[in-house]
Amino acid sequence: MISFMPSEEQSVMKETLAKLVQNTIKDNAHDMDEKRIIPQEFIAKFRELGTVQSPIPEEYGGFGLAASPIMNTIILEELAAGDMGYAIACTLPSIFINPILECGTDKQKEKYLPALASGECEATLAINEMHFKFDAASPKTTAEKKGGKYILNGEKCYVPLADVAKYFLVAARCENENCLFIVEGGTPGLVIGEREKNLGLNTLSTYKVTFSSCEIPEENKLCGAEGYDRLLQKTRIAMSALGTGVSRASFEYARNYAKERVQFGEPIAHRQAIAFMIAEMAYEVDAMRLMTWKAASALEAGRDAKRESYLAKLYAGEMTMKITDYGVQILGGHGYIREHPVERYYRNGRCIACLEGLAIV
Amino acid sequence: MINLETPDYLKNLTSGIHNLAKTVLRPISRKYDEEEHSYPKELDMFRGMQILGRPKKKKKDDETKQEGDGKPKKGINLSTVAVIEEMCWGDAGLLLSIPNAGLGNAAIAAVATDEQMERFGKMWAAMAITEPGAGSDSGAITTTAVLDGDEWVLNGEKIFVTCADRCDCVVVWATVDKKAGKAGIKSFVVEKGRPGFRLEHLEHKLGIRASDTGTFVLDNCRIPKDNILGSPEVKTGTEGFKGVMKTFDNTRPLVAAMATGIARAAVDYLREKIEESGIKLDYSKNPNNVSSIEKEFYLMEAHLEAMRLLTWRAAWMADNEQFNNTEASMSKAKAGRWATLITQKTCELLGPLGFTRDELPEKWMRDSKIMDIFEGTGQIQHLIVARNILELSSKELK
Repeated sequence: MISFMPSEEQSVMKETLAKLVQNTIKDNAHDMDEKRIIPQEFIAKFRELGTVQSPIPEEYGGFGLAASPIMNTIILEELAAGDMGYAIACTLPSIFINPILECGTDKQKEKYLPALASGECEATLAINEMHFKFDAASPKTTAEKKGGKYILNGEKCYVPLADVAKYFLVAARCENENCLFIVEGGTPGLVIGEREKNLGLNTLSTYKVTFSSCEIPEENKLCGAEGYDRLLQKTRIAMSALGTGVSRASFEYARNYAKERVQFGEPIAHRQAIAFMIAEMAYEVDAMRLMTWKAASALEAGRDAKRESYLAKLYAGEMTMKITDYGVQILGGHGYIREHPVERYYRNGRCIACLEGLAIV
Repeated sequence: MINLETPDYLKNLTSGIHNLAKTVLRPISRKYDEEEHSYPKELDMFRGMQILGRPKKKKKDDETKQEGDGKPKKGINLSTVAVIEEMCWGDAGLLLSIPNAGLGNAAIAAVATDEQMERFGKMWAAMAITEPGAGSDSGAITTTAVLDGDEWVLNGEKIFVTCADRCDCVVVWATVDKKAGKAGIKSFVVEKGRPGFRLEHLEHKLGIRASDTGTFVLDNCRIPKDNILGSPEVKTGTEGFKGVMKTFDNTRPLVAAMATGIARAAVDYLREKIEESGIKLDYSKNPNNVSSIEKEFYLMEAHLEAMRLLTWRAAWMADNEQFNNTEASMSKAKAGRWATLITQKTCELLGPLGFTRDELPEKWMRDSKIMDIFEGTGQIQHLIVARNILELSSKELK
């Protein structure tokens, strides 16, 4: 039945995460951004909830609960409303786990899932590439099949936590098809570059990763075009959930500020010029969330969400920029100063349209 | 639990209505745009179709429960917005011309007594609120109603009345006590032919020309005492007026649905042209690696989806008896504005095809503009949303 209301379970998750964000990063987000770090215990606090392991079957050490794309959008929005880098870091193993659950062979599941279920290692996705007209739908990184092996060549960027990741999921073209490959950290030919310096997402460490004649065994191919397409759908929905979160944070901060900031003898919220911007922020955040839920609902129903996920990300990319811009604008000069979080939201928000595959549902 | 998949019953319902819109409304869409004010007789088949209001609450227990027990049937608001979107995909002006489905009918159905229902229930009822000096500020109306023996005497001028020519009666807002302010505003049913009640003229409009919009003059117009809807008593405070305004929470999502329907007509037309030209819309490429027309199209489609989802949410909340004042205005603010932008952009992208009256897109551009105006302009919607989320009174945020 159609419903716009979260279930009890969904509400509880949202509240739990709101509290978690409040108790961990809320007052530290500025410092974390300046120091470009997320304290490990903050990530551990989230991981304790077990949402990452939850869809892994019990035989591999997980809880064997059905994956819920909608629940995942709720998680990502709530975390991103605190800090987007934090949201990505917290949920990162899922970006490897979920595709394995969906497309992996029993052997692959057996090999990779137990270590991820126990939380003893990190895994990541290498999809973005640093060149003009980059398109996740046609990666330039290649995989060539040669005598029982695949040889990967290409350069990836914005690979989260590549310095510590034990497993990499890599997007590459192979025989005119988009494919995903599993590369283990330490494989010869896999070179982790310096940590990147980016416009935003400063709390998250991201890296350039080069594959130069990087040889991996044949069985490390995870999937072809179909699985790749599903990955794009799921990551696009996740990106729009992240956009919803950061936009909401900017909206809420600007709303509260406008009620307190007094100019010409009354709060600036009493002026239509400001109030109308805030109204627009409110319904566009809602629209973004509904588009995200709509796409996630299709996945949840076992349907293809190609169109819905594409439109959701496109919308979130546009609207996140608009809303986080409004957030800075409403604060005026103060919005430009780094003590107020709206400038950080503005920088972080830019990634929704620029990048792909930073999280998954 | 959140689930935004379109239920099967809605899919079945809308595909039926879509067929009607396609085979009945589309073929006469241009005709009645050109022949402004002439009655679309083809619409007789829809007479009395429940579109804008639900059956009135019946008092007697022995009345049949399925119809008219006043309780929303399963998802009545949601199915209504879905139906309206389809109909307006066909033609919005024609939807507004469906006999006996006026806003006045909705107002009567909501509050009429059994006896009034008997007298007015079968009539086509228009709604007259706006005056030359009272548009968005509907609390400032100056039309008066004075009780004189067994009759009300009404004086004033009402403009922008939809179905002015075709209707049988008009629900007129008038004040019985100017000093009481908004609390003094009551609504009256004025039948055509009452002495002193005159249809002054019909307007020539930018769009929705199939709909006859007119001006009425009430010059010592006399109507029976029991033509008043609701209680004649003037209560202190503005509760009564707020109650009337609350009906907008139900009608605004309907206008948002109309806007969505017109915008979708434009988007569908554009999609057809794009595909005919050999471009395959595949929803996978980086939107900046495709042609400008494709990217614009994707964006329009995304906004269209946002319009629909905000509308469906507001309707769904009404179905589930949740207070939806903010969400109703959100849906109309978004859909009203973006229907205009989408239809404008469609014409731009179509080039010469977007400027000719041989094709419908130019008409949709004109039709959609009203969606950001009637039932509260986009600015009024923003004001309502802003007051609610900033928790400011109408004095604090003017």
